[in-house]
Amino acid sequence: MTAVETKQLAGLQQSYLTMQRIRAFEAKAMELFASKYIRGSVHPYTGQEAIAVGVCEALRDGDYITSTHRGHGHCIAKGLELRPMMAEITGRASGYCKGRGGSMHITAMRHGMLGADAIVAGSLAMATGAAYGLRLQGKDAVVVAFFGDGGAQQGIFHEAANLASVLDAPVVFVCENNQWAISTPISCAIRIDNIADRAAGYGFPGIVVDGNDVVAVREVAGRAAERARAGEGPTLIEAKTYRITPHSAATPTDNRDPGELAHWRERDPIGRLAKHLVESGATTEARLEELAEQARAEVEDAAAWALDSPYPEPAEALEDVYAPADWLTPGRLA
Amino acid sequence: MSTVAVRELTMAEALNEALREEMEADDSVLVIGEDIARHGGLFRVTAGLLDEFGPQRVIDSPISEAAITGFGAGGALVGCRPVVELQISDFVSLAMDQLVNHAAKWRYMSGGQVSVPLVVRGPISNAIGMAAQHSQTLEAWFVHAPGLVVIMPSTAYDAKGLLKSAIRDDNPVVFLEKRLLYSRKGSVPADEYLVPIGVADVKREGRDATIVAAGAATHLALQAARQLARDGIEVEVVDPRTLKPLDMETIAGSVAKTGRLIALNEGARAGGFASEVVARTLDHLSVTDLRATPLRVTAKDAPIPYSASLEREVLPSLNDVLESVRRAMSE
Repeated sequence: MTAVETKQLAGLQQSYLTMQRIRAFEAKAMELFASKYIRGSVHPYTGQEAIAVGVCEALRDGDYITSTHRGHGHCIAKGLELRPMMAEITGRASGYCKGRGGSMHITAMRHGMLGADAIVAGSLAMATGAAYGLRLQGKDAVVVAFFGDGGAQQGIFHEAANLASVLDAPVVFVCENNQWAISTPISCAIRIDNIADRAAGYGFPGIVVDGNDVVAVREVAGRAAERARAGEGPTLIEAKTYRITPHSAATPTDNRDPGELAHWRERDPIGRLAKHLVESGATTEARLEELAEQARAEVEDAAAWALDSPYPEPAEALEDVYAPADWLTPGRLA
Repeated sequence: MSTVAVRELTMAEALNEALREEMEADDSVLVIGEDIARHGGLFRVTAGLLDEFGPQRVIDSPISEAAITGFGAGGALVGCRPVVELQISDFVSLAMDQLVNHAAKWRYMSGGQVSVPLVVRGPISNAIGMAAQHSQTLEAWFVHAPGLVVIMPSTAYDAKGLLKSAIRDDNPVVFLEKRLLYSRKGSVPADEYLVPIGVADVKREGRDATIVAAGAATHLALQAARQLARDGIEVEVVDPRTLKPLDMETIAGSVAKTGRLIALNEGARAGGFASEVVARTLDHLSVTDLRATPLRVTAKDAPIPYSASLEREVLPSLNDVLESVRRAMSE
């Protein structure tokens, strides 16, 4: 084994740990929803972990992401801390957004997380504008916009992709094709095999990648980020994957074929990475189990910390509707 | 003592000066819109900016209202001050998700981590036969969205000073310009000045009745006031200039003085801004302060039709204003 390979395998153990953190976070979030500590819903990222982790590992400090309603994985992969994340989704004052955003709207500017957006494909134009703005300021930064296969049928996807192309905005569009809306299969939504093919219509590269292979994802994301950084414009990455849990905590019914689900469980990105690491001799199953246990312990700590945190004061509901301004005096607004 | 130089500028020229001055003063200001760079905007508001500031900051966009609005919000998140031109303000319907679900809420949803210093501006093109999809006065939509600031100037002076304030404000601002006012001239000082957000202006003083009207409606109110003065009725015309935040101190103060309120607005009647002015005034005053029932003068609840005779029927007329004031005076 070369030194480079050894280093890569060590790095992959970090990827493994991050993926296990996401897996454990979502399991805990579902548990907290069931016990009514979480309101609204939770959209687990379970089964898609390799995409967020592979993409975010290809980014640098100073790069940004936008996310979706299924966004916990992106946050964890981008380096957000588990405690304020858990506090946010349990509605606590110590959450990243002081309990105003919740599960679908985690923002953490200090970690390069521009925000999670619960409007399908809603963040793509914002990501394009942020990327262009950073370039205008002379910064060497890239913005990644995550969205799902459903988002590829929204008008704003087409508008944003085209605008990003004509402006050579340093943005990477990452479409996580998990093949299902809540209950509608992708075959009912599009008549092409690959969403990535649509990139040709906007004049930039579209790449299909196995979204359950963290190494492959990191490689294509790295190339797309380099291209964006070099001023050559956007890339559309379509990462083929599958969510192996129901759509959300609030919609637990799953009408998908059990055989299809079993097929994808066998391709679980965490299991695949574990197999690769053990078979290559980089590590042992026992060591991987230690990492998984570490991830679960971190999540338990975060949950305990969150549940021990106070709720926001009711009066905080009216804070931050507006940024500070001279005119912002009581009684002016309503 | 030196005299302050004052020029007569059209509102379009005044807005153009505001953009030029703010772009000169602050590199983070950029403008994007349809036909705004090479052509200088359909109504010349962005004329000459491309030559002066270059294509990186003065951007001719594809016809994608939603994307350019979201683009502006995204640029604002990372510290730019984008000004998005909607070629016609009605096209905001295509961009409402980006404006209301994104620009207006991002600060709040993030717990105050970000601000969105964005201006979305465009003309209201009614009264010139542009028909139902180019002639709406939609300010009530924006006033109803927490997080937005809404501005509608009536003069060249106010337009320039308010656009400069809007660009400097850290909040998303919807800036509505009446197309018929673009060519209307007004006095504009040569020296730099700002008009503060949230401060109304009494355009004419009077003791008998208050008309609250912004944008083009201000001029209709002034026309009515001049006519009524011949009959000895002195009308006070209050131009809020900013619809959100609304300067209730000035509005309620005026109504407390006159005892009569006519809320005039070119938008549709139901759920409209005139209704808001009446309700907000009643929040501030007691019934005993009033000498007459507050009245609304608005467009009728119909889309804006094409034919001149039909459009005149739907939009509020001088006669509607005169009748309302006289009705209030007769109570």
